[in-house]
Amino acid sequence: MAAEKTAAGAEMPAEIAPDLVTTILDLAHHDVLPRGACIEALRLVQERYGWICDRHLRQIGDLLGMSPADLDGVATYYNLIFRKPVGRNVIMLCDSVSCWLTGADGVKEKLCAKLGIGMGQTTPDGAFTLLPIVCLGHCDHGPAMMIGAETYGPVKPEDIDAIIEAKRGMTS
Amino acid sequence: MSITAKDPEKRPLLALVDQADPPDVAAYERGGGFRGLRRVLSGLSPAELIEEVKNSRLRGRGGAGFNTGLKWSFVPKDSAKDRRKYLVANGDEMEPGTFKDRLLVEGNPLQLIEGMIISAYAIQASHGVIFLRGEYHLGLERVRRALAQAEAAGYLGKNILGSGFDFELIAHPSGGRYICGEETALITALEGRRANPRTKPPFPQVSGLWGAPTVVNNIETFCNVPHIVANGVEWYLGLSACEDGGTKLYGVSGRAKRPGVYELPLGTRMGVLLNECAGGMQDGYKLRAFLPGGASTAFLGAEHADITLDYPTPEKAGSRLGTGLAILLDDRASPIGMLRNLEHFFAQESCGWCTPCRDGLPWVEKLLIEIDEGRGRPEDIDRLEDAARMIGPMGRTFCAHAPGAIAPLESGLKLFRRDFERAVGLKHGVAA
Repeated sequence: MAAEKTAAGAEMPAEIAPDLVTTILDLAHHDVLPRGACIEALRLVQERYGWICDRHLRQIGDLLGMSPADLDGVATYYNLIFRKPVGRNVIMLCDSVSCWLTGADGVKEKLCAKLGIGMGQTTPDGAFTLLPIVCLGHCDHGPAMMIGAETYGPVKPEDIDAIIEAKRGMTS
Repeated sequence: MSITAKDPEKRPLLALVDQADPPDVAAYERGGGFRGLRRVLSGLSPAELIEEVKNSRLRGRGGAGFNTGLKWSFVPKDSAKDRRKYLVANGDEMEPGTFKDRLLVEGNPLQLIEGMIISAYAIQASHGVIFLRGEYHLGLERVRRALAQAEAAGYLGKNILGSGFDFELIAHPSGGRYICGEETALITALEGRRANPRTKPPFPQVSGLWGAPTVVNNIETFCNVPHIVANGVEWYLGLSACEDGGTKLYGVSGRAKRPGVYELPLGTRMGVLLNECAGGMQDGYKLRAFLPGGASTAFLGAEHADITLDYPTPEKAGSRLGTGLAILLDDRASPIGMLRNLEHFFAQESCGWCTPCRDGLPWVEKLLIEIDEGRGRPEDIDRLEDAARMIGPMGRTFCAHAPGAIAPLESGLKLFRRDFERAVGLKHGVAA
């Protein structure tokens, strides 16, 4: 099996960085039960490495007194926690009703063609992962999408080339 | 003056909202901020405060429309020092077509924070959580900055403004799931579990987060509270155009000229919202029908295009005010396609706990896909009607997810009957 990579393309460390462990323990300490911190812990680890690998899941479980199965049940329930590798840029395209009404299907087609992948896939060079997302609360600027923490809209099919090229330039 | 101009007297919620540069503590205070909190902490009792909010006829702005003061009155009356209680802001804005709470948290987080401190005092809660959508990165950053500023200025933490009242408030970004907007599911998420809703009773006001009494209110609801307390019940009742109090953040999305959020008197007519605020439909598009307040409200046809958007009138017409943000179906979009999109959302976001919702909604979605792609059969319309009857009624499932999913379907099957018949090869109800 090939070594697992972070979203940035580095080798996934065997253990979560010590500063994150401290933050997670601190959060756990402030909750009534340590598990109250588990979603935030998953988010923090993902923010650092891009996604949650099995080893990190176990480690978070150990820190919070949760079995891997219990924590994985939580991790896989929430759509913003990734349990599979993702690319350097995660594109989330709104597939809810207001964006559908204003032309999201055309944006989706163009994105898939430009990146050469389908929804739920990552480009072979690891630059982009394309995911559907529910309503982003940006309905007055539909069709809307996010790349990382940044929100875009209204996005037209003809804007896609420039948006993707700009991102590719920044991260390659 | 334009009905969308800034005006703290008529449109208090958005008066200081600035999405480019939200007010800091000093700017918020200059704009009248923390006046309400000062009044409360200078001698109002929790019981008097709850009574004021009850009398203001503020109803929950998250969709259900329950009287806020009444909700608070169900919380055990122990003081904050004697018993752990929680106050939670529901900022899990994930109802498709709804984008008002984003504006409030990004544009003036201190207003939310002040509303929460006052509300915490009313129910005597010592701990609070702002539960925010995981995708609202900017909102989270601004809320956290505002929390730090408020604490530094003595509005949060121990002995607030020398009153002896303590309140600790934190922000929690969601892991992302529509059902977290349901209050018992939200509480379950805060405990670090899969966010399946819980049975009621016990109601959260008695046993909520970690088993302690908990009140969950929508972001917009909290943002009303400082204004009620600062300006009085009479003033607040006078803001509205109906028997319930206040303004409402209304909005439209879809093919309007100026889709957006507008603060208007509660009980404003749909025609004012659509035509005066949103500029009417885009050229070349006509209004065919609309969902008045999010994806889980029933369709209203164009004959209701000037309906009064208070709480009771949309109900009489077979729908609900919901979140107050309307989604417009235009004459060039397919109503079956729109329903397919809606039911895809609801099927995907079902938490999976109750069988009618978990198994029924994907079935509904599959039937709609077949019909939408021209493979539907005449009996599929009956099957969809059966599904609506079996899945929809309250009480078949733990929470309101399934009834919400069925509201647009059931109404759509009636309103767009011809479209469905044509799509499955029927003409006037018989085989063509």
